[in-house]
Amino acid sequence: MSAIVSLHNVVKTYTRGKQTVEVLHNLSIEIAQGDFVALMGPSGSGKTTLLNLIGGLDRPSKGEVNVAGERIDQLSSGQLAKWRARHVGFVFQFYNLMPMLSAERNVELPLLLTNLSSAQRKQNVQAALAVVGLAERAKHKPAELSGGQAQRVAIARALVADPTLLVCDEPTGDLDRTTADEILHLLQMLNKDHGKTIVMVTHDPKAAEFASHQLHLDKGQLVEGSVHA
Amino acid sequence: MFKQTAAITSMNLRAIPQRIGTSWVIVIGIAVTVAVLVSVLAMVAGFSKTLSSTGRVDRVIVLRGGSNAELSSTVSRENTINIMDAPGVKKDTEGKPVASAEMVAVVALPLKKTGTAANLTVRGVGLKNAELRPEIHLIAGRMFQPALRELIVGRSAMAQFKGVDIGSHITIRDSEWTVVGEFESGGDAHESELMGDIETVLSAFRRGNTFQSVTVMLDSPEAFAQYKDKLTTDPTLTVDVEREPDYYAAQSKQLSKLLNFLAFGVGSIMAIGAIFGALNTMYSAVSARSLEIATLRAIGFGAGAVVVSVFVEALLLSLVGGLIGAAAAWLFFNGNTVNTLGANFTQVVFRLTVTPHLLVSGIIWSCIIGVLGGLFPAIRAARLPVATALRAA
Repeated sequence: MSAIVSLHNVVKTYTRGKQTVEVLHNLSIEIAQGDFVALMGPSGSGKTTLLNLIGGLDRPSKGEVNVAGERIDQLSSGQLAKWRARHVGFVFQFYNLMPMLSAERNVELPLLLTNLSSAQRKQNVQAALAVVGLAERAKHKPAELSGGQAQRVAIARALVADPTLLVCDEPTGDLDRTTADEILHLLQMLNKDHGKTIVMVTHDPKAAEFASHQLHLDKGQLVEGSVHA
Repeated sequence: MFKQTAAITSMNLRAIPQRIGTSWVIVIGIAVTVAVLVSVLAMVAGFSKTLSSTGRVDRVIVLRGGSNAELSSTVSRENTINIMDAPGVKKDTEGKPVASAEMVAVVALPLKKTGTAANLTVRGVGLKNAELRPEIHLIAGRMFQPALRELIVGRSAMAQFKGVDIGSHITIRDSEWTVVGEFESGGDAHESELMGDIETVLSAFRRGNTFQSVTVMLDSPEAFAQYKDKLTTDPTLTVDVEREPDYYAAQSKQLSKLLNFLAFGVGSIMAIGAIFGALNTMYSAVSARSLEIATLRAIGFGAGAVVVSVFVEALLLSLVGGLIGAAAAWLFFNGNTVNTLGANFTQVVFRLTVTPHLLVSGIIWSCIIGVLGGLFPAIRAARLPVATALRAA
């Protein structure tokens, strides 16, 4: 399968006061379309930084980042925002739902960046909520949902615009084991049945087992288990 | 862009109840600022309206040359004859000039509101006063009679001062005067005066043959230039000749300037305070929503939509404050009568006038505060580093 994510000699540095800290050191990876990859590693290993580069939330200090056929390290902030809207669905550890909006309005948010009509948006929202098994909770606000339900709504929001890639940052980090497993099964289903490419950061080895491949990072470098390296 | 902005703005506005305390800081701060600004400007408007509505373009006031006001002017009896007989002065059916040689004096009377003494003008007017000032109408009682110590009182003076009701007695220079009537004159400055017969007033104040001004009615407004030329080139006279509206406009100019300065000076200081209040509120709003903003940016919402939404929220809160302030100024101050020192160191009573123009100015003022208060928080929201903000959560 062709690579949907391709990083070549990527370096990412941060400046903290007068110190420059290199978080990623000449990292090169490729992720195939339709893959489900778990990014693992200790705190500070650079996995979230890597995820942010893949998701177009950040730019590398050096190197190339190609995702969904576009070299995104050269895009401006505005271009990156548009690119993210087209290609990436995000799932966060703490769901990041808008507390004042109902589940369906939260899911609708990415569709407001498209040219779909109101009726089409409504249809897509219902379909996305049905996929995550929450059609009956559409009118509920996040405060009225359990953690697992809130994360399902977040996944529906990530899916609704049919992105090329799902980027998940500790999606089960705030959930109990049973609920976490339900969410991971859902992600697995999205990967296998809907062909979604998923890149997931996790600390949890059991969560990582749901992925097709695992990438381990330590001190900004890939240490084992590469995918099409 | 519109859909994005509307979505974010709608979310921001729905979140206001969660930040109701800080949101009130903007609303109340701006409401008070606008209320103060509008009410002080209403004072300017009311004062100017009162003085500018005094007089007609075909009526002329003649003072001693160099005098700023009637109180500092003197005109001898023989000069009044030349002034009244000059060409251009309207004559009545008997061929007598429609004119009035007058004097003004002040009496101290207690104000109804505070009980403290304030100066009230007593104007001695000639027999032709009724023809000269047709706008004066008796609304109660009767006209004073020549040679008697009788006065009529203006409606505004009656509203403000104690002891000037019809039938009251006022002591002026050890003699007792009776108030016999009440008049109105369209809300002009004369409504803040007492009027009596000129010869009796002159006598009471022991002024002999010295008047302070002569007011004449012209044949037409166009006769002014000829009339003025005649008087100012007469070697026996040293006088200033002005149309009444010009004279009263000049009288109001200094105080209007002061009040304008006060309105915008105090208004600006309060506005700066309100801007800081708005800045603080909007900064905390942006800070409280940094995760939401970062999430929206991650999803693909543009920085422009975020900026506009913060602006719109600041503007809407400011607009609410502006509307409340303008409404409060209108409800509590419009039509209130107040008094201030006029040109003769006497009280001029006028009504605060909250005009539509002032209301609009107040609301525009509130929007300016909102724009300035929302600017920096909006820029901060737009520059929020998405990855950092998401991680901070």
